[in-house]
Amino acid sequence: MSSLIAEKTEARPNPRQEEVAKARGVSLKMRRAVKLLRGLAGLVTLALIWELAPRLGLVDSYFIPPLHIVVQEWWSMAVDGELWKHIRASLVRSGIGFGLAICLAIPLGAAIAWYRPVREFITPVLETFRNTAALALLPVFMLLLGIGETSKIAIVLYACFFPILLSTITGVATVDPQLLRSAKVLGLSPIATFRKVVFPAAIPTIFTGVRISGAAAILVLIAAEMIGATAGLGFLINYTQYNFLIPKMYAAIITTSILGLAVNYGLVALERRFSRWRPV
Amino acid sequence: MSSRIELSHVGQTFWVRGDDDKQLREFVALDDLNLDVAAGEFLTVVGPSGCGKSTILDLVAGLAKPSGGRLTIDGKPITGPGLDRSVVFQQYTLLPWRTAAANVEFALEAKGGMTKKQRAEQARDYLDLVGLSEFANRYPHELSGGMKQRVAIARSLSYEPEVLLMDEPFGALDAQTRERLQEELIGIWRRTGTTVIFITHDIDEAVFLGQRVAVMSARPGRIKEVIAIDLDRDPSGDTDVRASRDFATCRHHIWSLLRQQHHSTDDTEALTQELTHV
Repeated sequence: MSSLIAEKTEARPNPRQEEVAKARGVSLKMRRAVKLLRGLAGLVTLALIWELAPRLGLVDSYFIPPLHIVVQEWWSMAVDGELWKHIRASLVRSGIGFGLAICLAIPLGAAIAWYRPVREFITPVLETFRNTAALALLPVFMLLLGIGETSKIAIVLYACFFPILLSTITGVATVDPQLLRSAKVLGLSPIATFRKVVFPAAIPTIFTGVRISGAAAILVLIAAEMIGATAGLGFLINYTQYNFLIPKMYAAIITTSILGLAVNYGLVALERRFSRWRPV
Repeated sequence: MSSRIELSHVGQTFWVRGDDDKQLREFVALDDLNLDVAAGEFLTVVGPSGCGKSTILDLVAGLAKPSGGRLTIDGKPITGPGLDRSVVFQQYTLLPWRTAAANVEFALEAKGGMTKKQRAEQARDYLDLVGLSEFANRYPHELSGGMKQRVAIARSLSYEPEVLLMDEPFGALDAQTRERLQEELIGIWRRTGTTVIFITHDIDEAVFLGQRVAVMSARPGRIKEVIAIDLDRDPSGDTDVRASRDFATCRHHIWSLLRQQHHSTDDTEALTQELTHV
């Protein structure tokens, strides 16, 4: 088994040789299929532990039922439509909050970054807000907006807003000055410079914030739904726990994991689509 | 398609903070600098590092305003950047998210007044001029350093400026690529007739490229001497000009000018040190 050091320092053709040969160096030990297979094996191991630990009596099978019972429960919930109702409720809330955050934070962040005094005035304030846990403000949101949909969307919006805003500010403010100089030499207007140079250059940094927010959107919503909601995955988890519907509770938890994974992979794919020009 | 550039009594000072004493003070980058560049001329500027070579280029490009003096292009004062001048920087300033062709088109978009198709055609023509038509659809990270710089040159020439300003454009390239690009640049200059101001710290490069070489002195930056280079350049490039006797003479002359300066600064430093010791 090769260590990290052996893996990263393995002999390979240098870029010039690759250029001459019109080919790219490969390592035979690092094939895609092998990587996928290993990843799959990891997941199967996790599933086996979950299945076997309760069966062998290592953990209490009432509180942690074997995996197949949870999967059966999940399946029956999926078939009778109960699961979809909750998924839809959660997705609509986090989707709206996340979408609003993107639409508001990116233009606002770009505007803040553009003017140095504004940037320097507002950045400490924004850092304070970002480091105030969204859930700590949930009572405030509920006081102001009630316990309906609005307060839940608002808290998702809050949680998603600051990472995107701050990454946009950083992305725009740290654009390569050399690129700006070449835009200036070409006599580009400020608007054209922003559209053609600054914004495309900032996209990778902005995406970091968008990915953090995507994860936060699900995370915060689940917690918010545990308090004062009648539908949604967070509500489902809390409700089933109160009523000792343990397999159902795990089914709901697994669903949130799958949802989180899907959102993350979706955003990674989108990011790749937007940054095909970057070296891999 | 060329312009005359005049710099008279140009001075440039910056605010700096000392590394040791943290004191705010003025730093004189250029002082009373005079330089005339004829229309269509290829002028190289050589000098010790930190002497203000790049500052001259920034001023002519209109990226910065001088603290004093006058800069004119064809008799008109330079007030800001313009499409009559273009700059090739040492760092390859290509937009990494655009292909080679799209990077050239970027300059044409800035110029305006062309359809998308015309831009694409012109970009292709200029990539062809620098010998990169096969690499039109590659992104900058898929190109070697020399290729990137050729794309930058193609971009700078694409909108047909009257003056081409080059700030150590071949500084980061390996020796062989550099020589090849120098020869290509001479060829392009002959074909386009553009005025070229080329900054370098490499004496060989300055002598090889320039019709005249302006030698600068450091702190404050001034033109020490302008030397006319009269070499018998063979357009076919079959003879090695660098090996000729004339080349060696010019090279040595500039070398001694820079050397002298080096020694004189050493001397003053030694002197001030002595003074502080006393």
